[in-house]
Amino acid sequence: MQYIETILPSLLAGVLVTLKVFALTIIGALPLGILAGLGLKSEFKLVRWFLNGYVWLMRGTPLLLQLIFVFYGLPLIHITFDRLDAALFAFILNYAAYFAEIFRGGFQAIPTGQYEAAKVLRLSPWQTQRKIILPQVVKNVIPPIGNEVINLIKDSSLVYVIGIGDLLRAGNIDAARDVTLVPYILVGIIYLLLTAVTTVGLRRLEKYYNYYR
Amino acid sequence: MIELKNIKKSFNGRPILNDINLTINDGEILAIVGPSGAGKTTLLRALAGLGDIDSGEILLDGQPFDPRSSDLKNNVIGVVFQDYNLFPNLTVWENVTLAPKMVLKMAAAELETKIKPILAQLQLAGKDALYPFELSGGMKQRVAIARALAMQPKVLAYDEPTSALDPSMRTEVANLLLDLKKDGVTQIVVTHDIELANNIADKIFTVNAIS
Repeated sequence: MQYIETILPSLLAGVLVTLKVFALTIIGALPLGILAGLGLKSEFKLVRWFLNGYVWLMRGTPLLLQLIFVFYGLPLIHITFDRLDAALFAFILNYAAYFAEIFRGGFQAIPTGQYEAAKVLRLSPWQTQRKIILPQVVKNVIPPIGNEVINLIKDSSLVYVIGIGDLLRAGNIDAARDVTLVPYILVGIIYLLLTAVTTVGLRRLEKYYNYYR
Repeated sequence: MIELKNIKKSFNGRPILNDINLTINDGEILAIVGPSGAGKTTLLRALAGLGDIDSGEILLDGQPFDPRSSDLKNNVIGVVFQDYNLFPNLTVWENVTLAPKMVLKMAAAELETKIKPILAQLQLAGKDALYPFELSGGMKQRVAIARALAMQPKVLAYDEPTSALDPSMRTEVANLLLDLKKDGVTQIVVTHDIELANNIADKIFTVNAIS
């Protein structure tokens, strides 16, 4: 117990870094994903072609590779990021691609009748999106987005490889120094707590959107 | 008065509407009947600005207008869709007031004085806070009518108003349209229901399938 007390501060400092990567990735990737999702069903072939290529690239290669590429690879051609920026750059681009595919499906699930009704009421395309389409899309995509959000909590541990002091790294340092399993178990428990809290939050959000069917 | 002059439309070289000429006087009910695939809905969609025509003219009181233009002066035709297309995420009140608020820029007080009577007339008083999923088919249709009327169109157009409803509701729909006619609403009813057309229409226009 006393040992746990001694390592807890370093683990909690790691949790803060994990949460920071998590939150900033969500904040960056969600709007980007919505825009890319809209773009994936654009009338312009070039836009669709470009975005499909982007999604293919991001979903078709490991996030770990993307992370290493951004932090260790790009400096070779004189593009340098500090650690956190590199992590966020890779994570946001990667997650936005997953979100884009989810939102594309969400937009496609909206019947054309909704757009037509809005059109004959002379609502502008922006008003139509904001008041009618997006609220329905959001309801549709909460479950699949929720899956990705839970994945992101765990994926955030990949920042370890570019030397960011997240929760996993904090635990690993303690375990290596003190030659004990306890930090790993604690790290596992903390991840479980984080995903549990997120799951409850997502359930609440789903429930909130149940006010209509 | 709405006039259609020499309206033509074809799909992939197959003519659907062949030289349609049609006049609807203010306060009349015009029924457009004809077999499936004859182009009734195509005609309605052209009038509503949801589809274009190959040639011809649409006139309002002698002045040409373009239903496809988003300019408010072309706010002529309100549409009641076959499956209503209510917005499921909005309440009855929000469904009906969204466009008057955002497009016609009505203030809250004006919405109260202008929209509340429409809802009352359609027996929707007190239903403001319900969502579409909580409504019966007939009520959904009345909300769709209220939503279209709230935009103060010159003409209200219906696509198959009886087809999504229980057959026993037919008389109710007929009475509803006749009540609106008493209030001076000009109406176009696209239907395959000849009996309904005979019961309510001042004029019946038959679109024939072109072979």
